[in-house]
Amino acid sequence: MADQTLDAKGLNCPLPIIKAKKALKGMTPGQSLAIESTDPGSVADFAAFCRQTGNELVSSDQAGDVYNFEIKKV
Amino acid sequence: MLDNANDGSNSKSMSIIATKGSLDWAYPPFILGTTAAAMDMEVTMFFTFYGLELLKKDMNLQISTLGNPAMKFPMMGMHVGMPNIVSAIPGVDAGASAMMNNLMKKKGVASIADLREAAIESDVRMIACQMTLDLFEIKDTDLIDGVEIGGAATAIEVAGKSDINYFM
Repeated sequence: MADQTLDAKGLNCPLPIIKAKKALKGMTPGQSLAIESTDPGSVADFAAFCRQTGNELVSSDQAGDVYNFEIKKV
Repeated sequence: MLDNANDGSNSKSMSIIATKGSLDWAYPPFILGTTAAAMDMEVTMFFTFYGLELLKKDMNLQISTLGNPAMKFPMMGMHVGMPNIVSAIPGVDAGASAMMNNLMKKKGVASIADLREAAIESDVRMIACQMTLDLFEIKDTDLIDGVEIGGAATAIEVAGKSDINYFM
């Protein structure tokens, strides 16, 4: 279970990333953030975001039109 | 400033020169600038010529369909362009700009004001070009707070220390 959830559904690039970063900023290392997005581009983008920032992409799944991500803050 | 540049750490830096002041061209610098900042990069944006519009307190950004054959709006299942002779009629740009703003809202695209706010919040360094402020008689009080004033040497110093440099 994630420590915090971000609903980014309906938002387009780059808003899911920017809002996720904002949420992560307020969290402590080791905590995880669950993100829901409807932007198909966010699949590649959250992977790139995590590679660049060092945060861990715990999971990346799709359920219908919704993409679910879990990111653990380093 | 730019302490992390080229030191081999994960942290990189980016500089962007923004030269255009239309609604569509306002997006690339602000999207890449805010996203790079979200990815822990140190970002500097240098605004010159029409790019200064993007720093004004009162932004009224417009698109022009004139001379842009690639600009087509999705409408009733088709993509509709605008012949130049129609684009030249007064009021058409304003109408097209309103359409673009509506389309962006519908598609969940951020407004430029929101992206600029995100840039400020994430400490993106913004520099306005002194020469073009003089040229167009724009007062620094017309610009949002927190903007630095600088010239070509300032922009080049930043570019020299940045991992990524964009000119837009």
